[in-house]
Amino acid sequence: MTTIDSRGTAKQAGPRPPAGGRPRARRPLTASRRENRAGLAFVSPTFLVVLVVVIVPILWTVLLAFQDAKLVDIQGMGLFGNWSLENFTDVFASAGFWSSLGTTLVYTVGATAGSVLLGLVAALALRRPFRGRGLLRGSMLLPYVAPVVAVTFVWQVALSPQYGVVNEWGRDVFGWDDPVAFLSTRQYEVNLLGWHVDLPLALLTVIAFEVWRYFPFAFLFLLARLQAVPDTLEEAATVDGATVSQRFRHVLLPQLMPVIALLCVLRFIMTFNKFDDVYLLTGGGAGTDVAAVRVYEFLTSRFDVGAAAAQALVLAVVLTALLGVYFRFFAKRVQEEA
Amino acid sequence: MTRARFEERLFGTLRWVVIAFLALITLVPFYYMVMLSLKPIDALLVDPGSMWVSAKDLTAATYRDVLKSTDDGGQGFLKLMLNSALVSLGTVALTLAAAVPGSYAVSRLRFFGSRQVSAVFLAVYLFPATLLAVPLFVMFARLGLSGSLVGLAIVYVAQTVPVSIYMLKNYLVTIPYAVEEAAALDGCSRLQTLRRVVLPLAAPSLMATGLYVFMIAWNEFLFALLFLAADPESWTVSLGLAQLSNGVEVSKTVLMAGSVVLTVPVVLLFFAAERLLTEGLTSGADKS
Repeated sequence: MTTIDSRGTAKQAGPRPPAGGRPRARRPLTASRRENRAGLAFVSPTFLVVLVVVIVPILWTVLLAFQDAKLVDIQGMGLFGNWSLENFTDVFASAGFWSSLGTTLVYTVGATAGSVLLGLVAALALRRPFRGRGLLRGSMLLPYVAPVVAVTFVWQVALSPQYGVVNEWGRDVFGWDDPVAFLSTRQYEVNLLGWHVDLPLALLTVIAFEVWRYFPFAFLFLLARLQAVPDTLEEAATVDGATVSQRFRHVLLPQLMPVIALLCVLRFIMTFNKFDDVYLLTGGGAGTDVAAVRVYEFLTSRFDVGAAAAQALVLAVVLTALLGVYFRFFAKRVQEEA
Repeated sequence: MTRARFEERLFGTLRWVVIAFLALITLVPFYYMVMLSLKPIDALLVDPGSMWVSAKDLTAATYRDVLKSTDDGGQGFLKLMLNSALVSLGTVALTLAAAVPGSYAVSRLRFFGSRQVSAVFLAVYLFPATLLAVPLFVMFARLGLSGSLVGLAIVYVAQTVPVSIYMLKNYLVTIPYAVEEAAALDGCSRLQTLRRVVLPLAAPSLMATGLYVFMIAWNEFLFALLFLAADPESWTVSLGLAQLSNGVEVSKTVLMAGSVVLTVPVVLLFFAAERLLTEGLTSGADKS
């Protein structure tokens, strides 16, 4: 891999040698062919790893999804067993599939919108220098940098009805009657001006966690973009009599729009496939059974590899379709605004 | 008051409210974590609402308990940290070894498929990790790699190489090509150019990328859970903490100490490197 002109690797990676079997050493390579070979040799280690650890497993998953495979017999099984669509009919018919998909969508949209919005607000607030800004900017990245296991554990303890600080303060300061089990309450009844509203409390808490953990990501990108906006633009708008909100709406926002769109797509993909946050916070209980956790459950508690694979595949298709819709209808508009 | 003046005042005040709110939500959870790790469990149960440690409660026994090896009745986090460090550093080394030539090729060289290669690599993130987990689990079992830290590191490399290539590429394209041409004129081969000219110039980006990869590997949970759960000897810290917090036999304050131990290395590295990243190295490289 390391030497470009070593025959062995270059031969494999490069284009086919010219026909006729003439000894190749006689003809010096053109610069563009040398470049081609160097390029292929340079990406080959990466490609190899991705091929072995990502592409092959994905293809295998596709095969597994169409077979009746349990974890015990997968070891000795050949690649091609009995084909069937049974896994898919099971997945679509199984209890809770559609509600789980709905939960996943609510969770993903809520967490994506929330984290980008909070990141935007944070970037706007920290845009101009003030004393201690560097420190605050650094510490604002803490939720994103810290290990997920540690922060979910802190949230669990803080929100615990028995020994959590939140419930204790809620009782002392806000006069709550009973401790609230944030992470295990499917529906929390709230009386609002005579209206009874059932809040999906655990789901909202998980979304809040996700917003808290990933707003620094949006904040970093947006702050960098904000600081690249030339001051003259805003100054001109101020001279023309634009107020703060008008300057934001008509000067800054159009500049930020491409970054916001990119962030939304990235966060949407990442959150849709998110497993560990929800698993560690609630274990997928109390109305937070997002799809990724469900796949894990199929795998580890039922040992049903085929069904897990089929479900994961359905999810990947749903995600691709959503992204397709997004790029079809929104990407163009964003580009126009930019 | 005109609308402009009113808005000026309003947003001027709101800005400080937001800043205070952000400081609160980012710092308090971590303060809470450290504070709980320094008190015995009884103190927590007696007064869960207290946000400080009284002098008579202050204890470091939680840390002793969490770090002591399992033979001595502790939780053996020192061993787990060693495992995590090995996996993470191995992942960083392997990822950079693959990503440096890869990103150089993507940013500089024209070759068959050079346009598509970034898209293919980034498509990795389209597929949920749970989808990859099953076949990987079986493959590794066949190769005898399940339960081994090497297998885990290989999976992490595949998960981090695409984003590393992306990050490095973005930096490499800002290095003027003229620098490389000068090196070529001086008789450097492509590899020498890469090693002696491009890499030193890309050092800040290499640091940033390496740090990011370390962070991902150190914090990762799902694959560690799938591959190592059966084998407590090779647990990473993340996995160890998660497994222990499910049980009731270890007190919460001891686990808080575990959380601190898990969080501190990443946070320290992050703050140490934040300064390094701001030093621009390319400025002036192209001048005379």
